[in-house]
Amino acid sequence: MTTIQHISTSRRIKDRVVQGLVYLAFAAAVVPLVSVLWLVISNGLARFDLEFLTHSMNGIGARDAHGGAYHAIIGTLQQVLLAGVISVPIGLFTAIYLVEYGNNGRLSRAISFFVDVMTGIPSVVAGLFVFAFWILFLGFEYSGWAGALALSILMMPTVVRSAEEMLRLVPNDLREASYALGVAKWRTIVKVVLPTAFTGIVTGIMLAVARVAGETAPLLMTVFFTNSINHDPFSGPQMGLPLFVFDQAARPNDTAVDRAWTGALTLILIVMLLNLVARLIAWWRSPARGR
Amino acid sequence: MTTNVRTREGGPVKHRSASRRSHGEAPFRIVSTAAGILLLAIMAAIAVFLISEALPALRANEADFFTERTWNPNSERVFGIAALAFGTVFSSALALVIATPIAIGVALFISHYAPRRLAAPLGYLIDLLAAVPSVVYGLWGVAFLVPLLRTPSQWLNEHLGWFPLFAGEGIIGGKTMLAGAIVLAIMILPIIAAISREVFLQAPKMNEEAALALGATRWEMIKMAVLPFGRPGVISAAMLGLGRAMGETIAVALIFPATFDITFEILTPHANSIAANIANGFGEANDIGRGALIASGLVLFVITLLVNMGARMIINRRKEYARAGA
Repeated sequence: MTTIQHISTSRRIKDRVVQGLVYLAFAAAVVPLVSVLWLVISNGLARFDLEFLTHSMNGIGARDAHGGAYHAIIGTLQQVLLAGVISVPIGLFTAIYLVEYGNNGRLSRAISFFVDVMTGIPSVVAGLFVFAFWILFLGFEYSGWAGALALSILMMPTVVRSAEEMLRLVPNDLREASYALGVAKWRTIVKVVLPTAFTGIVTGIMLAVARVAGETAPLLMTVFFTNSINHDPFSGPQMGLPLFVFDQAARPNDTAVDRAWTGALTLILIVMLLNLVARLIAWWRSPARGR
Repeated sequence: MTTNVRTREGGPVKHRSASRRSHGEAPFRIVSTAAGILLLAIMAAIAVFLISEALPALRANEADFFTERTWNPNSERVFGIAALAFGTVFSSALALVIATPIAIGVALFISHYAPRRLAAPLGYLIDLLAAVPSVVYGLWGVAFLVPLLRTPSQWLNEHLGWFPLFAGEGIIGGKTMLAGAIVLAIMILPIIAAISREVFLQAPKMNEEAALALGATRWEMIKMAVLPFGRPGVISAAMLGLGRAMGETIAVALIFPATFDITFEILTPHANSIAANIANGFGEANDIGRGALIASGLVLFVITLLVNMGARMIINRRKEYARAGA
């Protein structure tokens, strides 16, 4: 019996080279992440103080070091909350239609396809649409609400996709058991299907919120811009945290750039926190836990 | 609900309760269907209102919108999309060329190279790249990447200046196409990596094991069993990344120097894109200017729509194929 032939040197070298390249690619992807986070934290901590979190930019001169992002933080929280209030019901009902009522018919396939396409709409186009429709065509003023409309367009497809996925994971046995007891279809959906998929849906919503919280472009043409505090999202220009960073970063003096870094740090903290909460909810109810 | 269903006592099920339960059925179905149709209506409305608000500006335009390079809608009513569209396509293509190989490497690393236990957390690390807001990448690009690239750019220009991409005279480095493309590449990397990873994980285990059993090295196994299977998925992932890069706004608005010329020199400060121009120009635009920006947004919408629809069609065809094979 002959022994198994050794793998030739050239083949082994090729294998090693590719392995090295693959490891290198991963390192190349992680380097920018570490670099971004490091710079944001080290530069952002300089101004990350109580004044930054509790004051607006009202009355702050071009070269002054003071001022803060309170107005922007308030604006972002309100706009994102409103965007959620608009897009979650629409997204959830669309997902229910696709899973429970669509039967893979022509309408449901069309909706499904355009939800995918909608995921790819550039955020700046969503902003321009709300500007063209809400502000130019209907004649309303710039407001936090207009920004929320634009953000909700970006949120909807994400909510639909994640909710749809979660609803499809609900075992059909549960539905059939409910029907067998004589429960109407809509009661089955509300009392059996949705509670079963609840945590998954919440996770998807949190991730969608985290995604739009960092969007700047659609706010430029809907929320516009202000240096003072506006608690009312339904009238007058507001500010958003991403907008604050964009504005301060484009100014030529160091005090403004410092504020931009601190704004970026605050924004990343908010987004990461939302992400973390979403992951925790997913982990908390995941079937793999405790195995 | 039929009446011959009996309760435990043997009497017929009360009709009233059954009809009360199904009371909400019709409204619930209608609301669900309406939500789906509303989504379609929003897509249609985006097209309709962008067109209707862009038309007045396009009529007032004294140049040919598709061939004119300059953008002076506010004062001279002369504007065109040529240079901006070129910048959008060129910067996104560059970003794709940089990001795709790295993303494939990352996807392979997570699906076939990393230890099982580490694969999921490392994948999450890459997903974190997508969670960083785009304005933060812009800030990072201006403050860190642009200065970092200055010396290598000058070296490339000096030694490889004969190559069209690295050619150019005058100021070398700074806010260049290269810096913008690198930032775009970082931003689209997570989406390409995530989809590719999913596709690679779906590659039939039997084929992989068969290849290994025949004595193939790990790379040969991947080349024979994983990559051919994953190719359509990777292509559509790259197209989705391309669509993402084209629509990316704030990061490039901070980095690109907002010039209006068509050049392949990536080391000189000449770069712009449709989205960056909208973000930079919106604040000081008058009525015609805003109409012109909406018109450019419409062009961007159509380009990204075509790219995304193409990508989705490839994915969907793949889905059926995968299901048939399962």
